[in-house]
Amino acid sequence: MSRVEIRDLSKRYGSVVALNKVSLSLADGEFFGLLGPSGSGKTTLLRSIAGFVEPEAGQILIDGADVSRISTHRRDLGMVFQHYALFPHMSVFDNVAFPLSVRRNGKTEIKKRVEEMLELVQLGGYGQRRPRQLSGGQQQRVALARALVSNPRVLLLDEPLGALDKNLRQQMQVELRQIQREVGITTVFVTHDQEEALTLSDRIAIFREGVVEQAGEPGEVYERPRTPFAAAFLGATNFIPGRVAGRNGSAGTVVLGDGQRLHTLDPLPAEGTAVTVTVRPEKFTLHVGSRPPLDEDGAANCLAAEIVQPIYMGASITYRVKAGEIELTLFHQNRESRIEPPGSRAWLSWAPKHSILLDAPVSKPSG
Amino acid sequence: MIRRLGSAYLAALLVFIYLPIAVMMAMGFNESSNYQLPFRFSLIWFDQLSDNETLWRAGRNSVLLALANTIVATVIGTMAALALARYRVRSHAALQILLFPPMAVPWLILATAMLIFFYYAGIGRGLHAMLLAHVALSLPYVIIVVGARLHSFGPDLEEAAATMGATPVQTFFRVTLPVIAPGVAAAALFAFGISFDQFVTSYFLSPPGVTTLPVEIYASIRKGFTPEINAISTIIIVVSMALLLLVSRFYRFGGTQ
Repeated sequence: MSRVEIRDLSKRYGSVVALNKVSLSLADGEFFGLLGPSGSGKTTLLRSIAGFVEPEAGQILIDGADVSRISTHRRDLGMVFQHYALFPHMSVFDNVAFPLSVRRNGKTEIKKRVEEMLELVQLGGYGQRRPRQLSGGQQQRVALARALVSNPRVLLLDEPLGALDKNLRQQMQVELRQIQREVGITTVFVTHDQEEALTLSDRIAIFREGVVEQAGEPGEVYERPRTPFAAAFLGATNFIPGRVAGRNGSAGTVVLGDGQRLHTLDPLPAEGTAVTVTVRPEKFTLHVGSRPPLDEDGAANCLAAEIVQPIYMGASITYRVKAGEIELTLFHQNRESRIEPPGSRAWLSWAPKHSILLDAPVSKPSG
Repeated sequence: MIRRLGSAYLAALLVFIYLPIAVMMAMGFNESSNYQLPFRFSLIWFDQLSDNETLWRAGRNSVLLALANTIVATVIGTMAALALARYRVRSHAALQILLFPPMAVPWLILATAMLIFFYYAGIGRGLHAMLLAHVALSLPYVIIVVGARLHSFGPDLEEAAATMGATPVQTFFRVTLPVIAPGVAAAALFAFGISFDQFVTSYFLSPPGVTTLPVEIYASIRKGFTPEINAISTIIIVVSMALLLLVSRFYRFGGTQ
């Protein structure tokens, strides 16, 4: 239950920059997700907080005190590893008791506390079993109980659900979040699963090549990505290149390669400047037919397109469409139980507030 | 069919390994002093053995030397394996590779080298010199056996222990050592065996009057072969096999669990 502050943290492995002046700050009790492709620095940051990696420069403050140069065992942490890291030669009880017994707590106190924790993770009565007699989900709960038993200041989670299958993972997500709230512990969570990060985190940071590309609440980062990388990493998206055609107060118009226009509420640079606009696939409304739909409020965007490929997903249908030179993807709720065939003429409409102007209209993002 | 062939093959293999040992053990219980058949059971050679002061003294030397070697080689070898497996030691790869060649160099040559070196270094000959030599010979085996065990589980467990507030010393004794115990036990057994079996270096490094069992056995064979040797060999075989069976039963060699 502590504040965590990362200040200008840097780390290199040989010539590879793992962290480049990363700064973040976590509020008391916050669940913070570190997201990014492998090699982006998220794991290095977590391991730096744990004290397994010695940063070259910068500070890690827990409640205002710099811990970046002190040993792991003095940092007062709890950590859950991807492969659980339960001690195979100890019973479940002894595993959970370990953090207390190395601190030389009394036997009765340890017993009481361990049983409390096992109850919390719904493993009451499992104390005498060996870790390998438990299922993956149960082992993960033991690891969580063990990480929390000594009331540490910060909880570190290194892809804790990565080794579980999908159904169990979703169930564990809910439990994990519930327990974290109950205990109220500041938590740093590493994952490469963007959905998991969105579901669990109070705030997330997207890492790319050792720097924080964007940080904020999940909804904010998802709805208002600032860069192509952030937009593409979190969910699916479309990139629409064009040139600024006109500015009108808070709204503006962008003209595409084929002459079609779109509107955005974002402030635009000078007329003629090349820009990239991103629109999430679920923001489009699909209209099939040769004539454009009626524009009710007069400000909606509408692009003429042709369906290239429908992909049936059950609850929704993903359409790949072509508007002029650009390919777009849209998600269509499957209300009509109807699939539009390839080659159909169609119109895509969406509200101007969903045309998000990106900072860097440069290269296509990878990952 | 294939399965039966397989078990027959394995049985033949075991016969090949055990037959000479079995014959020797049988002769230890044969009354005749020059291996005459038919076999007549007798404990006469064990009786004579109990009076053989020189052999007993050599045996005691061997056991003490092997125990000392086991402790020293296992402790410092385990420390070296830990350093190699868990820390980014400078020129790590070179150090690791350099462990192998001594195992390939014939013991005769190593023993000669040690004799010469110990002479110049003023270490001379004697049980202390033998201990140094045996430790040097056992270390690569210990490091490799313990290292294999350390590699079979990553640094996760130790890192986890550290996050839970365990000091490095607590981590070693409460986490690392129990987990690598099978490897350490196997390494200790190797170290004991290497020393107890060691003939060449001991022969070179034993001053007159101080011998080990293999050296003494060799000397008595040269003087004239008596079934006493079969008797003591039988004792050695029974004890060492029992030890090995015991350890393999407790620690399941090869398996990680």
